[in-house]
Amino acid sequence: MYKHNNPSAEGLSTPPPDDQPQSQPEQIQQAVDSLKDQPGAMLPILHAIQDRLGYIPDAAVPIIAEGLRRTRAEVHGIISFYHHFRTHPAGRRVIQVCRAEACQAVGARALEAHAKTSLGVDYHQTSADNEFTLEPVYCLGNCACGPSIRVGDDVHGRVTPARFDALVEELTTSVVSLRGGMKP
Amino acid sequence: MTVTVYVPRDTTALSLGADPVAARIEQAATERGVELKLVRNGSRGLFWLEPLVEVATPAGRVAYGPVTPEDVPALVEAGLFEGGQEHELALGLTEDIPYLKNQQRLTFSRIGITDPLSLDDYTGLRGFEGLKKALTLDGQGIIDEVKASGLRGRGGAAFPTAIKWQTVHDEPPGQKYIVCNADEGDSGTFADRLVMECDPYMLIEGMTIAGLAVGATQGYIYLRSEYPLAQKIFNEALRRAYAAGYLGENILGSGRHFDLEVRLGAGAYICGEETSLLDSLEGKRGMVRAKPPLPAIQGLFGRPTVVNNVLSLAAVPFILDQGGQTYADYGQGRSLGTLALQLAGNVKRGGLVELAFGTTLRTLMETFGGGTLSGRPLKAVQVGGPLGAYLPESQWDSPIDYEAFAAFGGVVGHGGVVMFDDSVDMGEQARFAMEFCTVESCGKCTPCRIGSVRGVEVIDRLRAGEDRDANLELLSELCETMVDGSLCAMGGMTPFPVQSVLKHFPDDLTRSRGGAPC
Ligand SMILES: Cc1cc2nc3c(=O)[nH]c(=O)nc-3n(C[C@H](O)[C@H](O)[C@H](O)COP(=O)(O)O)c2cc1C
Ligand code: SF4
Ligand code: FES
Ligand code: FES
Repeated sequence: MYKHNNPSAEGLSTPPPDDQPQSQPEQIQQAVDSLKDQPGAMLPILHAIQDRLGYIPDAAVPIIAEGLRRTRAEVHGIISFYHHFRTHPAGRRVIQVCRAEACQAVGARALEAHAKTSLGVDYHQTSADNEFTLEPVYCLGNCACGPSIRVGDDVHGRVTPARFDALVEELTTSVVSLRGGMKP
Repeated sequence: MTVTVYVPRDTTALSLGADPVAARIEQAATERGVELKLVRNGSRGLFWLEPLVEVATPAGRVAYGPVTPEDVPALVEAGLFEGGQEHELALGLTEDIPYLKNQQRLTFSRIGITDPLSLDDYTGLRGFEGLKKALTLDGQGIIDEVKASGLRGRGGAAFPTAIKWQTVHDEPPGQKYIVCNADEGDSGTFADRLVMECDPYMLIEGMTIAGLAVGATQGYIYLRSEYPLAQKIFNEALRRAYAAGYLGENILGSGRHFDLEVRLGAGAYICGEETSLLDSLEGKRGMVRAKPPLPAIQGLFGRPTVVNNVLSLAAVPFILDQGGQTYADYGQGRSLGTLALQLAGNVKRGGLVELAFGTTLRTLMETFGGGTLSGRPLKAVQVGGPLGAYLPESQWDSPIDYEAFAAFGGVVGHGGVVMFDDSVDMGEQARFAMEFCTVESCGKCTPCRIGSVRGVEVIDRLRAGEDRDANLELLSELCETMVDGSLCAMGGMTPFPVQSVLKHFPDDLTRSRGGAPC
């Protein structure tokens, strides 16, 4: 069992924009307070924090430990156990490539090699333009129509290298136009 | 006149463009002034035909597939809205498609037919009849019905469901739990996902019946985080079931109580193992617990707990509604009822095939699957997930049932069937089995944690052509150590695929690759 962080994204943590109503510690505290009375609240809290912030910052560990009466070491050990949780920010989009057997049987190995080359990253790394973080995943439940990838919450099937490139291109353009649209 | 068109919305249909197809159909209807009722149904599980569009006609629903957004104008031109069959994607009546017609859909009787979130659709096809029956029985009465069905756990270990329920039932009253294992980590499997996305009320009903049977008032569904759509659909189903009185403190006015909640996993295969799952639900690292104590006696938060796979619980409404004996009339020997087989990998017609136990693998892969997608010869098939052996052709004629498979060292597991054509390098598959274990081991015991790392190294050396005989022996011994010395089936079964490669495809393992990295 190992845990993958994203070394290349280290230090990329963007400061919250000025108009953000709540500071990061406040948001974390709020997630802890709203969920801590549930039985087995740890995973729901970690999910809530990651859903909101995109990752679980180090600063969350003491707040969670305090709220759930666990030691910081325990909290850290739990976060590091689960592949899903990241302790550093990802790129704007996370692309998960399925590495499991059913996808292997229809070309997933070639697809993963292509994804790495085309984005210029290895697994758990973020592309230089901070657009995409690449992660492995072991099955998306789309095994009759692989190779499969997941971008955000969307699963794509029958992904050939050409389709992968088209998708990346499409996502890059949409991100650019969205950002362009938001900035006056 | 209103035309009803169905466009599925399960993960696979969406992954192949069902949303843009639906949008194009709506657009075409508007342009032509057709009054359209668009239903986003679940998938029928005929994945090679997705997106599978259906149109209601007086003769029944007719199907078209696989439909791309670009196909829509021509389809409409060819009379889609009238159910016209003059198009190459036209498939005739959906129910007559042999792949579907030749199945025995007891559990999956509604998928793809209904709007998954419509309570009317569900109750219109016998939904909640099992629950109503259960409300007339006492706990023992429910368990006796499940016992009569012969149902065995569909999550992997095939333990008789009624015996597990009996144990929890017989514990003194107090807080008890029903935990549904929806971690579905095995590659090649998607049946749990189909239940949750395409017929969610069936799982709610099955879990509620389990709660009534053993005296549990709280249920949790531990769902893998890789299934965001299942989470979304299922949570909405929960909300509606509560609102309609099927869940909560007074189920259907009976005074009986059952609450249900979804909890998300976090990307750890080992959390599909039931004790690790319980630790994870409790908010810990997902470490495997030694048994005893059994979860049925000391499970979640130390209380008696039923842990069942989605498919085991989903079989229960049918059993209560139609009677255990009706279910047991399917299947053979000690493998009774139906099994949700999942055809995946390099297969021409992949999808869900629910059949009574006893079909052969060859029939499944050829008659249903239609051979490989690539059209090349089939070389190996992995049944039962990443811990299952790779089966060579000599084993494809054995019937699919728990005992027949065990007899030659195979596992039925959760019913995943992953096909590979002759371009596969089985040495690479053996290496992956070990690698997967290095990634997913919970780390509690050495044979699994360290053994798998060594396994990868030895296989790499073999494939580099180093010291063939010594390394083959080392690999065999390592496999035996892992099988004998691991606490759970993760370390204990990871050698199965490796040993099957050693035995049936040794050339792939030892053929020198000139030291090239794999
Ligand atoms: C490594 C490992 C992974 C497992 N993964 C799953 C899983 O994803 N889903 C599941 O239902 N059972 C899984 N199991 C089996 C469970 O431990 C347990 O037997 C099952 O949930 C019991 O339910 P059942 O009796 O209804 O099959 C796994 C077991 C092991 C050892
Ligand atoms: S066999 Fe592996 S996964 Fe199972 S308890 Fe041991 S270390 Fe954990
Ligand atoms: S192996 Fe890295 S995310 Fe699972
Ligand atoms: S193996 Fe890739 S989606 Fe299941």
